[in-house]
Formats: sequence, C-alpha cells, structure tokens
Amino acid sequence: MRYHFNFGDVLAYYPWLIKGTLLTLELIAVGGVLGIALGIFGAWARTSGPRALRAVFGAYVELIRNTPFLIQLFFIFFGLPSIGIQMTELEAASLAMVINLGAYSTEIIRAGVEAIPRGQIEAGQCLAMTRLQIFRHIILRPALQKIWPALSSQVVIVMLGSAACSQIAVEDLSFAANFIQSRNFRAFESYFIATGIYLVLAILLRQVMRGIGLMLFPAKVPR
Amino acid sequence: MKLQRLLLSLSTSLLAVAALGLTPLAHADALDDIIAAKTLRVAVPQDFPPFGSAGPDMRPVGYDIDTAKYLANKLGVVLELVPVTSANRIPYLTTRKVDLVISSLGKSPEREQVIDFSEPYAPFYNGVFGPASEKVSKVEDLAGKTVGVTRGAIEDIELSKIAPASTVIKRYEDNNGTISAFLSGQVQLIASGNVVAAAILAKNPPKKPEPKFLIKNSPCSIGLNKGEPRLLAKINLLIEQGKKDGSFDRISQQWLGSKLPAGI
Repeated sequence: MRYHFNFGDVLAYYPWLIKGTLLTLELIAVGGVLGIALGIFGAWARTSGPRALRAVFGAYVELIRNTPFLIQLFFIFFGLPSIGIQMTELEAASLAMVINLGAYSTEIIRAGVEAIPRGQIEAGQCLAMTRLQIFRHIILRPALQKIWPALSSQVVIVMLGSAACSQIAVEDLSFAANFIQSRNFRAFESYFIATGIYLVLAILLRQVMRGIGLMLFPAKVPR
Repeated sequence: MKLQRLLLSLSTSLLAVAALGLTPLAHADALDDIIAAKTLRVAVPQDFPPFGSAGPDMRPVGYDIDTAKYLANKLGVVLELVPVTSANRIPYLTTRKVDLVISSLGKSPEREQVIDFSEPYAPFYNGVFGPASEKVSKVEDLAGKTVGVTRGAIEDIELSKIAPASTVIKRYEDNNGTISAFLSGQVQLIASGNVVAAAILAKNPPKKPEPKFLIKNSPCSIGLNKGEPRLLAKINLLIEQGKKDGSFDRISQQWLGSKLPAGI
C-alpha cells in the first residue's frame, strides 16, 4: 500500500466542514422539534382521536414508514413543483425530515400511550379531569418517559439520515465531504473526517436528548 | 448434396477473388482506395447518444452516423458502419480496419501525434443553458442567479472559478439531479455539456435550455490516418460544403435540437 495520507488537503476546506456541520445541526433541530410535536399529535389522533383522523394518521404512518426517505425527499423537491408547490432545498429537506420523524415517532409514542394502565386513566376521570387534561398529565407524560430512549434513538437515526439531503444540493456535512472529495480526490480523508464529525454529533445529540429527558421527567429517567 | 457443395466452394473461391481484388495496395492513397472499393468504412460510437447509439431496430443512429452517411453519399460510395467504443476507436483507425473515425472525437495534442484531424463537424462544449426568458450572455450576467451543475464535473470546477460572488451554485450528485432541478424550476440556469442540454430538449419539456455562453469548447473532428493529404483535403471540402448548404444544420437540428452554432 503506497497511499500517502494527507488530511491537510481536506482540512484546508474547513469553512465547508463548519458550514456543513452547522446546517446538519439546524436540520435536526427543526426536524427533531417539529417531528416529535407531530408524533405527539399523531399518537393522540391514533389512540383517542376521531375515527376519521385515526384513519388519516394510520395511512400516513404506513405510507412514510414503508417508503425510502430519499424518495420522499425527491418527491417533495423535484416532484411537487410540477403541481405548483415550489420550495427551496432547505425547506424541502426540513419538511421531509419532519414528515419522516413524525411518522416514526407517532408509532413510538403510541406504544407508550397504549402501555398506560387503564386504571390510571379511570382515576383521572374520577377526579373530573377533562379529556385534554387526562391526555396531557396522565397519559402523555408517563408515556413519553417510558419511550424516551427509543425516541432518542430515532432522532439520532433521522439526524444521520439527513445525509440524504445532500442529494438535493443541501450543503450539509455530507455535501461538504462529497464536495471536498470531488475537488481534491482525497476520498479516504474526506469521509474519515465526516465520519468523525457525525460520530461526535450523534453522541452529543444523545446527551442532549438525555438532558431534555431529565428536565421533563426529573423523577426517573430510564437510560 | 453434391450441387450444394459445388455451389459452396464456388462462392467461397469467388469471395476470395473478390477479397483479393479489394485489398488495398500497401502504399496506395486512401482516397483512391475508398473510391476503388466503392466502400467507406467508418468507426462510429454505439453507446454515446445523441452522437451514436442503437436505434429501435438495433442499427446505429445519431449525429455521427448521419455525418458518415452524408460523406459516403457525397463520395458516391457505400457506407459501412463499424461500431466502436471510445477506447478502441483510434486503434481501429491506425490498424486500417476503418477509413475514418467519426466518433465524437475531440482534438488533443496527444491524439494529433497519432492521427490527423479534419475541420470540426459537430459542436461539443460545456456552457450555461437556460430558458429564453433569462437574459444571460456572459459570465458577469450570472450575478444573483441560481445555477445548477453536476458536482465535480468540468463545468462545476470552471464555473466555481469564474462566476461572480453573488451567483448561487447548486451542486447535484449527477446529471439527472441537475436536469430535474432545472425542469422543476429549482434553479434558473444550468451549466452542462451541450449533449445534456440536447437530451433535455429531446424530451420536449415546457422549459427549454437554450445556450447562453460557452465555458469550454472542444468540438468534434473526424479522425483519419496520417499521411493522407488528399483524403483530408476531400473530407474538409465536404465538411465545408455541408456547413454552407445546410446539411450539418439539419443533422444538428435533428440530434442536438439546434442549428450548428456559429464559429464551428
């Protein structure tokens, strides 16, 4: 093996790497918050919502969980303009991530909701709590606590999956690595550095999710 | 049975005689050989649309094939097409398996050491393309515009150097991404090869990529063996005539979707 490693060639493009890393963070911040919000609404709709809404969210979950993220992204970015819905690549990427995480987190949170003992809900009814109060205090919070580790993993998966957004010219971390590689042909070094940054981001993101969990459920957070 | 064998041996010997008669003499002039053999053998691409690819009936069609047909027609000889790949097109010529290479061949100093080139007969360039509504005629006009390119392609590298700072360059993974971005209106203009633009035009989309300005020009020439000045002169004459009488405009219109650009 006569390959001479040269990481300097790649690090010379550090503005692209920094910009890319920040954009990846931005994508997962928007996608994570809105995606989980959509998931919470979806879990409510699928367990206690009106019959029509149940069907709608059931179809949505099946549609998104059974098709590739890349195709969803291409459909939004390249397909929708044909019927007059035009958006920038950043909007398309954020929307695709929200829709994708929304479907997965709907199912994860629904699992937590359905694990709430019936008696607990009846206790709330005995206290004359409204349906919304029961859902918020008696169902949602303990449900989220139960599934928080699974939800954290899903957020990390979606963050890593955001690499696909580089295909529609979103200048995220993967785009930066591809771009640098196409300029200096240092494939090993470019992707090695990108791998390292993704690894750090994933570990950090998991810690952030854990921190949020500690704040939301101070009593007991399963790891 | 006997009759069949007799016929077979007869035809074989006839073929052998014919072949002997057709074999070019070692130092004869290539133009005389072609006229004497009444056959023009041309190496054409088989996997490079719109210059040459297999048509619906598996026969080669394309810009290069039509150019070969035009030349054979003008020379008054039968055309024999020899499909080649881009790797073996020059060896086919130098080993005299063909008389001409019409296979989207661009001039280069390395190639000119081995073979001769005619005047250019087909446009091949990288440039910026966009709909008629975009008023762009030089690189400065790209200020504030969004241009799609295929990442790492020659036009990406060149445009990144020369485009104004306010130009937004969107880099896609492959030509299909760039084409989709253009057709779906995600970018106003694209920088690509004229072949890619022709491929878009062939689909007859609502948005037509018209050439705006050139980034890099490397037109195609016909390749022929060295030391054949009479053949070279004849081919150049025919190309010049073809450009004047509109033959090449028709070929270009059919395969590239636009007339032969000026200066080729």
